[in-house]
Amino acid sequence: MFKFFLVKLAQLVPTFIGVTIVAFSFIRLLPGDPILLMAGERGISAERYAELKSQLGFDRSLIVQYFDFLKGLLHGDLGNSLVTHAPVMDEFMSRFPATLELSLFALAFAVIIGLPAGVLAAVKRGKTLDHTVMGISLTGYSMPIFWWGLLLIMLFSSTLGWTPVSGRISYMYFIEPVTGFMTIDSLIAGDWGAFLSSLHYLILPSIVLGTIPLAVIARQTRSSMLEVLGEDYVRTARAKGLSNFRVIMVHTLRNALISVVTVIGLQVGLLLAGAIPTETIFSWPGIGKWMIDAISRRDYPSVQGGLVLIAFIVMIVNLLVDLAYGVINPRIRH
Amino acid sequence: MALLDIEGLSVRFKTSSGLFAAVENVDINVDRGEVWSIVGESGSGKSVSMLATMGLLPWTAQVTADKMAFDGQDLQQLSSRQRRRIVGGEMSMIFQEPMSSLNPCFTVGTQIDEMIKQHLGGSRKERHERALDLLAQVGIPDPARRIKAYPHQLSGGMSQRVMIAMAISCNPRLLIADEPTTALDVTIQAQILELLLKLQEDTGMALILITHDMGVVAETAKHVVVQYAGRQVEKQDVKSLFAHPRHPYTEALLSALPERAGDQDRLPTIPGVVPGQHDRPSGCLFNPRCQYATEHCREVEPVAAPDDPASTLCHYPLDHPAVGTPPSATPQDPLASNPSSHNPSRPEVRP
Repeated sequence: MFKFFLVKLAQLVPTFIGVTIVAFSFIRLLPGDPILLMAGERGISAERYAELKSQLGFDRSLIVQYFDFLKGLLHGDLGNSLVTHAPVMDEFMSRFPATLELSLFALAFAVIIGLPAGVLAAVKRGKTLDHTVMGISLTGYSMPIFWWGLLLIMLFSSTLGWTPVSGRISYMYFIEPVTGFMTIDSLIAGDWGAFLSSLHYLILPSIVLGTIPLAVIARQTRSSMLEVLGEDYVRTARAKGLSNFRVIMVHTLRNALISVVTVIGLQVGLLLAGAIPTETIFSWPGIGKWMIDAISRRDYPSVQGGLVLIAFIVMIVNLLVDLAYGVINPRIRH
Repeated sequence: MALLDIEGLSVRFKTSSGLFAAVENVDINVDRGEVWSIVGESGSGKSVSMLATMGLLPWTAQVTADKMAFDGQDLQQLSSRQRRRIVGGEMSMIFQEPMSSLNPCFTVGTQIDEMIKQHLGGSRKERHERALDLLAQVGIPDPARRIKAYPHQLSGGMSQRVMIAMAISCNPRLLIADEPTTALDVTIQAQILELLLKLQEDTGMALILITHDMGVVAETAKHVVVQYAGRQVEKQDVKSLFAHPRHPYTEALLSALPERAGDQDRLPTIPGVVPGQHDRPSGCLFNPRCQYATEHCREVEPVAAPDDPASTLCHYPLDHPAVGTPPSATPQDPLASNPSSHNPSRPEVRP
């Protein structure tokens, strides 16, 4: 198991190097110049421009700049934001918990609804319930996030007034950040009102962000369940006189989960990508909104640093998913 | 009262092109402690009829029977809860592919324990000891270590032994073995068959062995049912079946045994394949492959004569001393004079 872990870890190294190259070059491929954008409409003199350029190190060759970036990365230094001049790492870390909290709630929503829906659809294959679940999940999968978010806000926030429109918590509460998770921090502060308020603010964005993963999980669970239901060992389980519930939930689902867990792992990347429009719609102060701002300002260090960190997180999650296989599937463990 | 009493069992599958009758009008009467064999080629509906008895067919299957009783209990009338108490407990089954019949996610011990827990109960310790006993009983060396093994760590023969241990764990009165040795090496095949027969003798349970190997039938069973294309074509004691096969299909199967082929250069085969859903012939289903077939066979579906002890599904059953005059000599049959269909010295099956 430990060797398996080391091999998987070693496989991450080339991927990570690839990610740094992509992150470094992509933002530089975009038209636009960070210094000109900083200057704004007033413009800037040629001398001042050259001075700033050399000050920021943009006058060096791209290769030199890239290795400079790598060197900093190895020391955990992602440089400073061109806009706020604060270290990119600090900027990222102060916002990341908000995104993580939203993503976890979205994922929980997707799994809690998607997994049973997929199981039910598989068990009732070809029946109305199956068609309904699959139809809804296809609709959810095809829904653009920005549009789906706006629809839900219009219905639940504007018309019905059930949920808040934007933000993380009601303005009535101020919670000292400890973990950065509003729900946990409010519990630490012992403020039940704040806790409920933070949950209240999480509902809509979690649903919006979780809809696509939900659809993917439901469909994957269904097809994986159908495949396993045809296996010989499921027939054996029935031949043992076990209850239908046990045959489905123990013998079938356990095996079907192997491929579902892969898909759930892959959703993490999707969630972080989906967080960008979701956070923008709900003014959620996470890294999605921060990245959008950084891109529009051509804040090179923030964009490349943010991309590398997000990619790093996705890779770590996939490593954990690989390890989870070992737990679920004894054929890998032994 | 027979232990397993099945009359007129039919299984139809819903397919995109309508209903397909995989099994039609099968009767089987197994008494306590009897060893039966169901024999026939692939596609003859042997497994399907037994899976129907166990209630293990997928939802696309429609099972009907005039009678389907286990130990006097009508299996068709029981609630699924009551039926599950019989299935696995009193009547259990092992399958063709032992490697894929065990759940890869659970240890051997867990899977046996689950079965015991379901039907017999008992404390965790008692169940564990029973599982160890069972593994020893089916000839698995070092049960204390094997009980913790996962299925992928076992060979095919070991997996089938585990399946057998599981199947007999709740002292069933009937064990159905669906081609239990087909996927195994020849040496292991003999061991597994020996084990099944020994267990049958020791416990006195009834055994139904599904196979396509006439050699296996000869070594194991007391009574034989021959199935072809979903129909039961003949039912006899093993001795008289081997001595006097009544159905041409049985005879052809027997001729294909290397032991019986004698000094012929080539082993006789039965030309053609079992008809599937779309190529079922009219008349007798065996007629395209039968060397004795006549016009009558091609047009009229045969029914078993009520006085035939073997209930042969054939217009012209082969000679049998118990029946006396072969039906070929029956004067009222207009087609009986066809000499080719009743030649007593049949040289070989292949025409």
